[in-house]
Amino acid sequence: MTSVAAYRFSHLDALEAESVFVMREVVAEFERPVLLFSGGKDSIVMLRLAEKAFWPAPIPFPVMHVDTGHNFDEVLAYRDRRVQELGVNLIVASVPEALESGLVRESADGSRNRIQTPVLLDAVEKHRFDALFGGARRDEEKARAKERVFSFRDEFGQWDPRNQRPELWSLYNARINRGESIRVFPLANWTEVDVWHYINREKIALPEIYFAHEREVVDRDGMLYAVHDHLPPRPGEEPFIETVRYRTVGDASCTAAVKSDADTVEKVIEEVGATRITERGATRGDDRVSETAMEDRKREGYF
Amino acid sequence: MVDDIARTSRAAAARPMDLLRFATAGSVDDGKSTLIGRLLYDTKSIFEDQLAAVEAVSAARGDEYTDLALLTDGLRAEREQGITIDVAYRYFATPRRKFIIADTPGHIQYTRNMVTGASTADLALILVDARKGLVEQSRRHAFLCSLLRVPHLVLCVNKMDLVDWSEEIYESIADEFTAFAAKLEAPDLTVVPISALHGDNIVTRSSRMPWYDGPALLHHLEHVHIASDRNLVDVRLPVQYVIRPQSTRYPDYRGYAGQVASGVLKPGDEIMVLPSGFTSRIASIETADGPVAEAYPPMSVTVRLTDELDISRGDLICRPHNAPKPAQDIDALICWMDESAPLQPGRKYAVKHTTRTARAVVRELQYRLDVNTLHRDETAEGLALNEIGRVRLRTTVPLLADEYRRNRTTGGFIVVDEATNRTVGAAMILDAA
Repeated sequence: MTSVAAYRFSHLDALEAESVFVMREVVAEFERPVLLFSGGKDSIVMLRLAEKAFWPAPIPFPVMHVDTGHNFDEVLAYRDRRVQELGVNLIVASVPEALESGLVRESADGSRNRIQTPVLLDAVEKHRFDALFGGARRDEEKARAKERVFSFRDEFGQWDPRNQRPELWSLYNARINRGESIRVFPLANWTEVDVWHYINREKIALPEIYFAHEREVVDRDGMLYAVHDHLPPRPGEEPFIETVRYRTVGDASCTAAVKSDADTVEKVIEEVGATRITERGATRGDDRVSETAMEDRKREGYF
Repeated sequence: MVDDIARTSRAAAARPMDLLRFATAGSVDDGKSTLIGRLLYDTKSIFEDQLAAVEAVSAARGDEYTDLALLTDGLRAEREQGITIDVAYRYFATPRRKFIIADTPGHIQYTRNMVTGASTADLALILVDARKGLVEQSRRHAFLCSLLRVPHLVLCVNKMDLVDWSEEIYESIADEFTAFAAKLEAPDLTVVPISALHGDNIVTRSSRMPWYDGPALLHHLEHVHIASDRNLVDVRLPVQYVIRPQSTRYPDYRGYAGQVASGVLKPGDEIMVLPSGFTSRIASIETADGPVAEAYPPMSVTVRLTDELDISRGDLICRPHNAPKPAQDIDALICWMDESAPLQPGRKYAVKHTTRTARAVVRELQYRLDVNTLHRDETAEGLALNEIGRVRLRTTVPLLADEYRRNRTTGGFIVVDEATNRTVGAAMILDAA
């Protein structure tokens, strides 16, 4: 009789095993999967999991960046470096190009958050992608707490929260008709702290902006926004230098920094453990629009 | 005290902790949302901005207290109608464990949601109101948990503050439930008297119920032994994907990737591949982090064999003297999950079992089960939404299946409507021939 104690399995091991299973399931069942890669920590972890899932074969799908044109230089540099290291094909779905072609129009407040969606859906249609890996986690936001791991999208890329497929055991229903697609969330069961512990354990490099550094910022609605070309100070705003880091990385015009001295992964883990504000609450202007801002965007086809 | 627990819980994550998934059952009236809110709040898993948002909405609606249900009921329709429409997943951690809660709503689509939440649960938590005692719904919850073979059951007798912390009332509820659970073969039952509202016996033992000598709920959740719930005896590795790099560095590499469903695999072990029946030996078990000496559930690994066999997705790696018999006639209990059309004998569906997909025809509906009385209605002609019944199916290709009671991975399958592509049923195999 074997002792059970020998077969211990940590929560990070369990999460990794589940994510790897999900990724293999997608590659086995879909014809044209793609991984959405923003250069943010969650998509970076997802890319690492993809690398592990198919080793020693290369990652068997391309990655796609929905580029709002409002980027952090460090993140773009990281994206290009990582893609080259892994030898994966990078597709850029460009919001500036879509503005030029007339597919979308700049919104009144200058935020490109919402106009990413048509650009994403256009690229999905053009490349005929049938499965899109996204790095969203259920702990991030309450609309995401109810989303499936395999989340069905109709031919318009829309999510219908009242009409989701039941998801039992680890049996994921991958059946779709032409033009429909599935958004797949391998990190559904991970929390922010899990992601950081995994980054630490796997020694995953991240863009520098995730760690404390000095930056010129303005205080807007209680959040610290970096001053740059896409985000000039408004009248009455006084830019100042602060030691900050980014807790999430999104469009540079709507992602705020947090005041922080955490300049190593260990210190970030400590900081994330002690914080009393959710990461999206602390850093995302786009979620503050209404109680159901995320659900409304997701219905339209947002990640 | 609470602060100390939370602080250590966050700092201690460097130490390996394990993972417990549990499902909660009960209606809003039983205090389920309050209990979940309490667990999250006392382990510092609710953030200030989340709480502030919930408080603001509660105040705007004129609630007398902060409605913690709003933490999970985030969808527009739920807020507008004050109902919970779907399983919500919540997360918290202590130094010992990370917890995933599948919070299943009490009223609408109850069976479908409960079955979904229970399918992956190590433990189910059932709430009753101490003033009301066991109600029909409590028995139904317990039955569904036993049907899904959730290994551990916890009955929380809530609102003990409203019955004057009465030992007598607690004991009578505990006795009645224990007797009922015994009939269901519920494997491990714990009963805890609590007050979710006041925090008694949630994180720390309550001084107001000195007659109770068991652990507080969180202590039980942290310590309940789940490692031996896994089946480490029957080797089952459903092949998920064949890894063939065909690169200059790995020209002839061929590995069979999958997640171990049960059993322990080691290099050198003799194995059998189903449905072909060919045998070989394990040459190595590999991961991106290097080879491993053993693979056991729930590891995702890549197995290489000493012989070149024709193996593809949907095949099963097992042991020559411990292998399921490939079967096309399947007896199963099915929970029907589709509102648009009932299950009916003669209809054809797609089934997904492990990594294998087949078509199946419903040969016979043997009976429909009344989940409240456990009465079997043999005159039933179909299964409507949320109904459970025993059916016999014939599949186009053999399933490599075990009884569900023996193996929750190789014993379960989902039923998909080929016209709508919707998942319409969940099945637990009773017998396969």
